[in-house]
Amino acid sequence: MRNNKHSFNITFYLLIVPVLIWLIFMIVIPHAELLISSFQVEDDNGDMVFSFGNYIEFFTQKIYWLTFVKTAAYSIGVTLLAFIIAFPIAFYLTKVTSKKNAAFLMLLLLIPLWVGELVTVYGWMVLLGDHGVINHFLMTIGIINEPINMLYTNFSMVVGLLYMSMLFMVIPVMSTLQSMDDSLIEAACDLGASKWDIFTKIIIPYSMPGITSGAIIVFMLVIGDYLAPNLLGGKNSLWFTEQIYNDFLQTFNWNEGAAFGFLLLMLSSGIIWLALKLSGQKLEKVGA
Amino acid sequence: MIRSLPSSPLYRINYRIYVFLFFTFLLMPLIAISVLAFNDSNFISLPWNGFTTDWFFSATDERQGLFSDEELIASIFTSLSTGFFVAALSTLVGTLAALLFEEEQFRLKGLLYFLALAPLVIPGVILGISLLLTATSAGNHIEDSFGLDVELFRPSYWLVVLGQFSFGATYVMLLVSARLKKFDRTLEEAALSLKATRLEAIWYVTLPFLRPAIIGAFVVAFILSFSNINTTIFLIGSDPTLPIDLYSRIRFSSTPVLNAVSFLIVLTISGFAIINLFANRSNK
Repeated sequence: MRNNKHSFNITFYLLIVPVLIWLIFMIVIPHAELLISSFQVEDDNGDMVFSFGNYIEFFTQKIYWLTFVKTAAYSIGVTLLAFIIAFPIAFYLTKVTSKKNAAFLMLLLLIPLWVGELVTVYGWMVLLGDHGVINHFLMTIGIINEPINMLYTNFSMVVGLLYMSMLFMVIPVMSTLQSMDDSLIEAACDLGASKWDIFTKIIIPYSMPGITSGAIIVFMLVIGDYLAPNLLGGKNSLWFTEQIYNDFLQTFNWNEGAAFGFLLLMLSSGIIWLALKLSGQKLEKVGA
Repeated sequence: MIRSLPSSPLYRINYRIYVFLFFTFLLMPLIAISVLAFNDSNFISLPWNGFTTDWFFSATDERQGLFSDEELIASIFTSLSTGFFVAALSTLVGTLAALLFEEEQFRLKGLLYFLALAPLVIPGVILGISLLLTATSAGNHIEDSFGLDVELFRPSYWLVVLGQFSFGATYVMLLVSARLKKFDRTLEEAALSLKATRLEAIWYVTLPFLRPAIIGAFVVAFILSFSNINTTIFLIGSDPTLPIDLYSRIRFSSTPVLNAVSFLIVLTISGFAIINLFANRSNK
């Protein structure tokens, strides 16, 4: 018995030590460092001193906080659109079409996800450009004479953001719908409920856990995205992550970048926290 | 409305049109770049000038195809080897984490589990800049104290591996945990009652059960690493990964070789997806 107890401990330490190293060195310390750096500015002697300067800069420069607000508003909007577009697809794949069809369509669904965002964003550049595929096609069949300006606008940016994120709404919603018993819908139908009632009073409440998980993942991906706003968005489509990239990779003002990063982290976790509270869910469920 | 219920033809047709439009939207960019990879033109888009494989095989100055572009080939190999190390490290630590959180009870478990899930909700940009800041100040500190210049603490190959591992392990943990939840605990208890140590029970009973999930998680971690740009861009040293190389080309010098690379990626991924589909079918 004693021996058993002893080996139990060895196993426990074998499991926990690597996990602790991962969490402390890759998650805890870096984010503490991010917070500390955000409160530092360089003084006249080139030394780092404590200051609120980076945050004051954020609140006093209109372009910074305006971009911040715009990024948040667009991210919420894209999340909503992703839900509206993705929900009927998730429902179709789990409840309407045959299992065999669904497996094939799932395959098509996963390919863009695995190909990676860069390739798909590039694909949209090729499609939407002034000399792109869509304009070329429309001009060839004679619907338009001049190319429509689609690339480098808010429109193309939203298309890119939706494209790379909506699959993350489809998958969690599908997994909750899969566990839903069809007889719930059949019973409602037998009792004379309209489609709309069945949809809003039975299907949506049932799939709420999947919707929340999906919404959180979509929101997080969109608000932290860089490629779609940078490559598809225009000059006016400034995204908050772009400010961070500029600070780190162009102007080398790392402390201001750290402050912006921390603000972004607060914004995204704040909204996710709110979503969890409102829907009565736990973060643990989001991963599952 | 559902399979077992009748619905009006109009409803069914409209629904099918919607699904068709959705999948068209989904596949359009991939089809466009795949077709244009074979366009005999010096521009990345239409008009169609005839079929060519120049953007793969040509080696002239005017048209440098994918296979003669050494920079591109080098970045593909960098991505492949980075992906391998990230997947290996993430699979190891992620699997340990899954076993830890599913099977052990200890103080502060809730807090640690929260931290392990955090990379799901932390934007990749922030993981990137936090690691860059930390590595740089650690590197400066070591240089001031010991006069050593450690490469790991500057933007470099291994810093990229660590950065991608920091979130890769979370995804592995979730995939392995999902399978572990279906594991019949009595099997492990049986092994223990037959005088196996706990370590032996995990090694000979639990891990073989988890093998499909662990292999799947390795592939997922590899793909996450291979396509990552948000975290990687801050940590990259002198050898760019494929997405970073492609990104700078898209911004500064687009040629149809980009279509060719994209086509190869789409082809590889589709191949994997089809294998996966048939593997799932034969399992059933």
